[in-house]
Amino acid sequence: MQQRVAPRQEILRPAGWGVVYFSLAAALAINLLPWQGTALLLRPDFVALAVLYWCVYQPRSIGFGMAWGLGLLMDAADGALLGQHALAYGAITFAGMILQRRILMFGMGQQMLHALPVLLGGQGIVLLVALASDGTFPGWGWFSGSFIGAALWPPLVAILRMPQRPRRDPDQA
Amino acid sequence: MGSETPPFFKRGPSPLSRFLLFSALSFALLAGDARFGYMTSVRQILGIVLYPLQQAALAPLLAWDRITGFFVTQAGLQRENARLKEENLAQAALQLDYAALAEENAHLRRLAEARQRYRHPTALAEILYAGRNPFNRRVVIDKGSRHGLEPGQPVADDKGLVGQVTRVLPWVAEVTLITDKEQAVPVQVARSGARGIVFGAGRDDTLDLPFTPISTDIRTGDTLVTSGIDGVYPPGLPVATVSNVERNAAYAFAKITCIPSAGVNRHTQLLVLTGKPERPPVPADSAETPAKRKKN
Repeated sequence: MQQRVAPRQEILRPAGWGVVYFSLAAALAINLLPWQGTALLLRPDFVALAVLYWCVYQPRSIGFGMAWGLGLLMDAADGALLGQHALAYGAITFAGMILQRRILMFGMGQQMLHALPVLLGGQGIVLLVALASDGTFPGWGWFSGSFIGAALWPPLVAILRMPQRPRRDPDQA
Repeated sequence: MGSETPPFFKRGPSPLSRFLLFSALSFALLAGDARFGYMTSVRQILGIVLYPLQQAALAPLLAWDRITGFFVTQAGLQRENARLKEENLAQAALQLDYAALAEENAHLRRLAEARQRYRHPTALAEILYAGRNPFNRRVVIDKGSRHGLEPGQPVADDKGLVGQVTRVLPWVAEVTLITDKEQAVPVQVARSGARGIVFGAGRDDTLDLPFTPISTDIRTGDTLVTSGIDGVYPPGLPVATVSNVERNAAYAFAKITCIPSAGVNRHTQLLVLTGKPERPPVPADSAETPAKRKKN
């Protein structure tokens, strides 16, 4: 039986809690920047991306509770109904947990293609909840955020993996 | 920590059951928030947790504003100064007229024993950022319950009504603009006195005046002002200008679109009318009167 060899895998140190929390807080802060107009329409949901990253690359580091809490914070910040983003981030966490082993088999290009439907699904949930309550449809352009988010997947993975890289020379560290 | 760890240890419920649990929790929250409005205190707590993070996110932008503000050219300042002087002169003339008219009006009202027009105390607030929620039209301002703001207070700028305070946190408040789909303002045509209710269209710079009979005296170019009969908005604040009236005999109502008078999304400073408008007491037997009349 021949085993499939994943392309150029490094042995990474596990990310500490500090890194996980800091990356999530940073993603939340980026989401909280005063985005407006077209920029707001094109803005990918960085919290969703970070949640998906940790679900896939270090599945035990983040759970439903964390994703859900972040969703509540996003809702409070947006002045949206409480639970709107929480529901979406819960679904993204679930998708990440289910797809985790599958996504890691693929190279970056195909990982992007996996991230795209997950992000779109999250946005779809937010849209459905908003429309069911009292919102106006913001136009199909609103979904472009997910496409840009999926396109940002490779650089995001590269950045978030940085603190996990093994030191050059372990003896001198 | 690695993904290849075999499940030696008990990991608790499966992802699916946890997902369903948290989804149920989300739906409970949504229902509680949308239908019953239970979540005010939760929102207050979350708002306080978020406040430092939001300030941190705003800091680079404020710094940039300060830096660019420092390098304003002198020519620009001179131009603005000249324009302000001109405006000031024009307004001084109006002010004289206004003083005379106000005197006369007060006198007439006293004669007619009419209720003195209520003057609102106001609070100046600055827009921190436009709402990030693309589903509705809201802005967040830098004054909150600590500054005496309450939900329901009208918000205006120098040209007219901008919106209404809908949610108040200790240091910030949320203002729903009149262009929001859910926002309604009782208005009156300044020229003819015809009343109606203006609704936001959910788009920039558009308001609708639905359910207006085609026979109503209203034309393109008419100014709509708040009628004040709701007890929320003070009477006489400009709201919108009618931009298009479409009368079709096939329908009972005319299709009327308006443009908001205020720069609903072009301003950074807003005025919150913090006082409560005086409302005459509701007559106690108002419900009985028509019935009595019927009997007679």
